[in-house]
Amino acid sequence: MTTETKKYPAGMHPVLPPPSGSVGPVRWMRDNLFSSISNTVLTLLGLYLVYIIVPPFIQWAFIDSVVVGAESRKECLAIMGEDRGACWSFVYRRWGQFVYGFYPVEERWRVNVAFILAAFTIAIVLVEKLRNDKRILIGAILLPVACFFLITGSSLFGLVSVPTNKMGGILLTLIVGLSGIFVSLPISIMLALSRISKLPIFSIFATIFIEFIRGVPLITLLFIASTLLSYFLPPGSNFDLLLRVLIMVTLFSAAYIAEVIRGGLAAIPTGQYEAADALGLSYWQSMRLIILPQALKISIPGIVGSFIGLFKDTTLVVIIGLLDPLGIGMAAISTTEWAGLSTELYVFIGLFFFIFCFSMSRYSLHLEKKLHTGH
Amino acid sequence: MANNNDKPAIIIAGMHKWYGDFHVLRDINIEVKKGERIVVCGPSGSGKSTMIRCINRLEEHQQGTIIVDGIELTNDIKKIDEVRREVGMCFQHFNLFPHLTILENCTLAPIWVRGIPKKEAEEIAMHFLEKVKIPDQAMKYPGQLSGGQQQRVAIARSLCMKPRTILFDEPTSALDPEMIKEVLDVMVELAEEGMTMIVVTHEMGFARKVADRVIFMDAGQIVEENTPAEFFDNPQNERTQLFLSQILH
Repeated sequence: MTTETKKYPAGMHPVLPPPSGSVGPVRWMRDNLFSSISNTVLTLLGLYLVYIIVPPFIQWAFIDSVVVGAESRKECLAIMGEDRGACWSFVYRRWGQFVYGFYPVEERWRVNVAFILAAFTIAIVLVEKLRNDKRILIGAILLPVACFFLITGSSLFGLVSVPTNKMGGILLTLIVGLSGIFVSLPISIMLALSRISKLPIFSIFATIFIEFIRGVPLITLLFIASTLLSYFLPPGSNFDLLLRVLIMVTLFSAAYIAEVIRGGLAAIPTGQYEAADALGLSYWQSMRLIILPQALKISIPGIVGSFIGLFKDTTLVVIIGLLDPLGIGMAAISTTEWAGLSTELYVFIGLFFFIFCFSMSRYSLHLEKKLHTGH
Repeated sequence: MANNNDKPAIIIAGMHKWYGDFHVLRDINIEVKKGERIVVCGPSGSGKSTMIRCINRLEEHQQGTIIVDGIELTNDIKKIDEVRREVGMCFQHFNLFPHLTILENCTLAPIWVRGIPKKEAEEIAMHFLEKVKIPDQAMKYPGQLSGGQQQRVAIARSLCMKPRTILFDEPTSALDPEMIKEVLDVMVELAEEGMTMIVVTHEMGFARKVADRVIFMDAGQIVEENTPAEFFDNPQNERTQLFLSQILH
């Protein structure tokens, strides 16, 4: 063994690779999983927990389960015999209701088209390349309008009108969740700007509004929407229940998001405002071009958190008689054929919400990374 | 136009300012001619930054008049914006917009405030980025640049608006010693081209080299005003003498 100790002149030292064993997966495991006795014990305990939970769940949910072929829980049990797996048949049998609620079967194609249009809209909003094209962006504004007419119907286009109380299931969740998300964001930005405004009319109004909405549970607001509001409206006026719910849900999340954005605004150094002012930008220009892009970026985790909350809160509409997937499912498992399948129901509903909420949180992480410009 | 040229760029007359009860600026009178370079110095808390921030209305004065390019600063937002379009400013902490590239930082105001087409604005921006010797950084973000580079971008950003006057608020105070020179070099070059400049700084070498006049402030008042040669070699006021002895060693 010869140890080479070459001397390099100052500033001429070459770049050397790190010594072996200081990087790579083995090193990572040693550092993060087995760094001490207690850490090793915890790692092994974690692995054991995974071992006792995951394989039986897979066995139950996939291997021993019944999807097609059973008309009731009894038939499910008959097919399964000794093995007690999940009986997904009721989801399969009631799939139409889970997705469309009580939307007329012959008109369901309209909902399908609306789903596709909504997916396009979301893609346009989320994907920067599409968003940058002005024509496509205008499409993103028109598509939701098309969705609205498709779903509610319009004599203008020869579509039978469908009353909102027929809408349920995933359709209802998406209507409430998506319109809540897309409408509440601009409202919340205006609320946040009003709240920090130097003009007392704006700041007092915004503060009272936000504090009132945040101080009241969403359920209360939904009850107000479903019952109390009709006392204030002129007699005979027919203000759609779903629309009332939409307004309440939107205002509710707008109040929360406004506070998140206010936090983001407060984090912007005054120097940014001053630089924008010194360049001669107007208030709205400096907000739109300088302050809000930065404040919203900081607020992304909080905003998406509120969106996720809003999306899950849509299940509360079941209390005022609207049937979201949970409502549909609970109705299904209270029939004689499917009684007793609550585990399957909650796993299914849980999975549905998880997919949407997890996608939102992944997208928010992606956005944060993309917008990160500091070093 | 010749007549117009004789008009002072900035007139500050009998200007007072208070923060609450605290009287920060007391009877400030300054006249700045077109193309004149003025260095403002003084101990910290003497009101020198506040004074130049009044010139583009980042701070509001309560008494007296400030007239910039013939426009008097009042509560009229239109007039304020008009003044701000013609008066550039460089800050101690650069205040670049971190979410925009260097090029976007420079083109933003010309595009939105002046209404210059994007392509033309970019050409102007590249011209000034070359002038401050960092055209190769145009596509980077401020966070990727050193302090000295950021301050030079800030100068370029001001220049892109083609201002008649530039205010510098301690432009080198937040910089490492190595980077001060690169910023000062750019400022010297600007001064030589005849830009009207008001510079709050402690860089006495810069003052001596380029200033037409040095203004010394203390406790919200202008204590002494003189040519750099007179100011440094023969300070009249006791407070000035003390200050100079402390910073010139």
